[in-house]
Amino acid sequence: MRYFKLFRGNNSEGEMKDYRIEVEKGMVVLDAILRIQAEQENDLAVRWNCKAGKCGSCSVEINGKPKLSCMTRMNEYDNDETISIRPLKTFPVMRDLVTDVSWNFIQNKKIAPFKPDPSQKDKNGNYRMTQEDVDRIQEFRKCIECYLCQNVCHVLRDHDKRNKFIGPRFLICLASLEMHPLDTTDRIPDIKNDFGTGMCNITKCCTDVCPEHIQLTDNGIIPLKERVVDRYYDPLKWIWRKLVGEKILRLFPS
Amino acid sequence: MAIDVSEIQTVEHDVIVVGAGGAGLRAAIECSSMGLNTGLVCKSLLGKAHTVMAEGGVAAALANVDHRDHWKVHFRDTMRGGKFLNNWRMAELHAKMSPDRVRELEEWGAVFDRTKNGLINQRNFGGHRYPRLAHVGDRTGLEIIRTLQDHGIHQGIEVYMECTALDLLKDGDRISGMVAVWRESGRFIIFKAKVVILATGGGGKAWQITSNSWEYTGDGYCIAYESGAELMDFEFTQFHPTGMVWPPSVRGTLVTEGVRGEGGILVNKEGKRFMFKYIPEKFSPETADTIEESNRWLAGDKEARRPPELLTRDVVAKAIRDEVRAGRGSEHGGVYLDIASQRSAEDIKRKLPSMYHQFKILAELDITKDPMEVGPTLHYFMGGIRVNADTQMSNVPGLFAAGECAAGVHGANRLGGNSLSDLLVFGQLAGIGAADYINSLGTAPAVDNRQVEQIVKRATDILNRESGENPYLFHETLQENMQDNVGIVRNEEDLVNGIKKLEELKKLYSKVKAVGTSQYNPGWDEALALRSLLITSEAVARAALIREESRGAHTRLDFPNESDEWQNYNVVIKKRLDGTMEVNKVEREKPSDDIYRIAYSTLEELEAEVAKEME
Ligand SMILES: Cc1cc2nc3c(=O)[nH]c(=O)nc-3n(C[C@H](O)[C@H](O)[C@H](O)COP(=O)(O)OP(=O)(O)OC[C@H]3O[C@@H](n4cnc5c(N)ncnc54)[C@H](O)[C@@H]3O)c2cc1C
Ligand code: SF4
Ligand code: SF4
Ligand code: FES
Repeated sequence: MRYFKLFRGNNSEGEMKDYRIEVEKGMVVLDAILRIQAEQENDLAVRWNCKAGKCGSCSVEINGKPKLSCMTRMNEYDNDETISIRPLKTFPVMRDLVTDVSWNFIQNKKIAPFKPDPSQKDKNGNYRMTQEDVDRIQEFRKCIECYLCQNVCHVLRDHDKRNKFIGPRFLICLASLEMHPLDTTDRIPDIKNDFGTGMCNITKCCTDVCPEHIQLTDNGIIPLKERVVDRYYDPLKWIWRKLVGEKILRLFPS
Repeated sequence: MAIDVSEIQTVEHDVIVVGAGGAGLRAAIECSSMGLNTGLVCKSLLGKAHTVMAEGGVAAALANVDHRDHWKVHFRDTMRGGKFLNNWRMAELHAKMSPDRVRELEEWGAVFDRTKNGLINQRNFGGHRYPRLAHVGDRTGLEIIRTLQDHGIHQGIEVYMECTALDLLKDGDRISGMVAVWRESGRFIIFKAKVVILATGGGGKAWQITSNSWEYTGDGYCIAYESGAELMDFEFTQFHPTGMVWPPSVRGTLVTEGVRGEGGILVNKEGKRFMFKYIPEKFSPETADTIEESNRWLAGDKEARRPPELLTRDVVAKAIRDEVRAGRGSEHGGVYLDIASQRSAEDIKRKLPSMYHQFKILAELDITKDPMEVGPTLHYFMGGIRVNADTQMSNVPGLFAAGECAAGVHGANRLGGNSLSDLLVFGQLAGIGAADYINSLGTAPAVDNRQVEQIVKRATDILNRESGENPYLFHETLQENMQDNVGIVRNEEDLVNGIKKLEELKKLYSKVKAVGTSQYNPGWDEALALRSLLITSEAVARAALIREESRGAHTRLDFPNESDEWQNYNVVIKKRLDGTMEVNKVEREKPSDDIYRIAYSTLEELEAEVAKEME
């Protein structure tokens, strides 16, 4: 028998309710939630899809820590420890463990889309990039949009700067576009003015919770901040980067 | 309680696409690029569809790694993998168009792994003659769905997330719209539309052991069937050979075929590499028969033949089942999949990062050191809604289908990687087909309020009942039945039993009760999905009963061989006027001579032909 406390309610009211269930070897927290749902609380609201850490649906706060419930093993907790599960704090609760994350989809839409330079194609119509060229953006593209980083970032969580700061998930999305060797769009003014890179004070909480182990701060956000600084305060460096930077393709033997 | 239809939210689009996986997104992008007012409806959040879980890669004859690759070889592989039951025209279109669809993704921002020459890299996979799967480590589906999603949101597509499609509306024969329900509020919504494109994926949740998530309950099949559309090839349900078997809570979770593509081998508890014993005659000229030759192949020797671990999924799944039956299985009833002895730890982590992570966390196992335990898991539906090969329209005017929920391209067995390419190719074609249909449409179809009332009533009855069956337990009973009676190998007795059980469950369904309110209530979602699961399960069981042969993913112990006669038929299912299920044996269309010749030529002949063409 294991003890659980689950939040039940909506954005205006709710409480932590107690549950007791049998658990088996190898179970993850999501398995326990789904068992409570099937056996005791048929209408318990919870999101999940892949059950293997690939879709980013099942984010909750377990004993105060933001995590994917499908990748959190029960044996990470002591046998007599009560496991408390709450919805993400930064977003409004829809019901029980499900939050309204639509704000994130709105942010994504604000980002100017990828636009390659068709003249870079070879005679067979292929773009050429080396693996080294793409390694660093592939790191950002591992993001499964679980929004755990958005949830912990204090700029959004405690200061509610939602209209001024796009959040770490979308900063690395911007980084992946800015560092894409084929892209031609300039997003630096938006990044400075609308997306609020300046508000991040590099606490690295986002990096700590990322289930994909993306180095958001070091590899994504700090370089973006540097680009903003270069553009606005060190134009020479910016021109230099434009001329020899990663947006210019290397030559390949074909 | 009377239902006032005028109170229900109503929106109007030219096209409604149901499903936001690869097929639905690609179809919606095509529709809106042609100026159609397009709505996209999905049960989960955007970006969480099954497509996100695809691991190994997308198949396309880009010929970036082996210059001998060509659409003709891809087509031949697909037909052989499908035991020649594929729709000829669809298999041809698929092989021809996949390369452009993959390049287009790059144009929209996808970042595939690269070759040394800076091109899109391709890996080996079961049944594919050459390295053909464009990939991003083992998270290809994520790359594809994110690319389509990020491209799509700037195309003016209206997205309705966490909104469940319930049933279609018709004006006479033609589609006139659809009714859905918002999961958050429990409120209904009426979509007026000239076209509905179904891209709802498969129905794996009818089985206990499956790689599929809660969403894959066959809603598209059910919605189409109820509106008079034909279903086809339902007996062909793919059991992927390598699902996790331990611990119990993750039983069925997929282990990508990419593990074998990267050199992973299958061994039994005696430590024997058993696949050499199971090479079918048809494939023996193209399969390595010694460990030595397999090793040469892994080292990159182009003359060496492919290891038997890379035979098609039906063959490998049955071999694993036979080993376990013979008492040579692993501790928890699977076999061992070993990559640790074949590749360096560094390679494994780089090529298969999410597998490494998945086993580390879920099974506390380090795949760079120890073998994995694997066994068959229900993975994919080759069958689906029967569509025209060029337009993707079903027999119901205005109703289209694409992706896993449509039938045809994969025949009796799908090759790995051919699904992701299928989504892109036929998603686009469905969009074009929809636009053509709309252009030829005279008067706009009208919505009939009585149909809306019926749909709403059926859904709300489940909540309004005083008491009744627990939907979760009902689902478990159904799954047990399918696992036991309509499993990886079948026989008449079990199938008849299975169908009998399903008939009983169908009666019981009218007593299922969802407790609680209509707001974000998974119990209600589950109860609504049971209707789809019942129809999906019945279609599989009935189709499996009538096909008296073994072919591809459909194995009958009482008819262990392929039959020449059945080669010429598909099983087609539709709803009779009295509500019962009609199952027909329908003769297949004949291919053109040239296409037939390509499919049946030997590899040597085809390689020579292709080489000549490329000169
Ligand atoms: C773990 C795993 C790994 C795989 N790996 C590969 C691979 O490497 N290569 C490959 O080619 N294939 C692979 N496949 C198969 C492939 O991923 C799927 O067949 C494919 O993604 C299906 O895509 P789709 O667009 O048809 O539908 P899906 O991606 O399944 O999407 C279905 C959509 O329909 C929606 N939907 C369903 N019912 C309703 C309803 N009632 N109302 C509203 N919306 C609804 C869902 O919300 C979802 O958006 C894999 C599958 C799995 C499970
Ligand atoms: S490093 Fe920046 S973005 Fe990340 S959590 Fe801290 S403040 Fe937020
Ligand atoms: S960056 Fe990491 S934590 Fe943030 S949404 Fe993506 S996967 Fe989740
Ligand atoms: S359910 Fe997909 S990440 Fe947890």
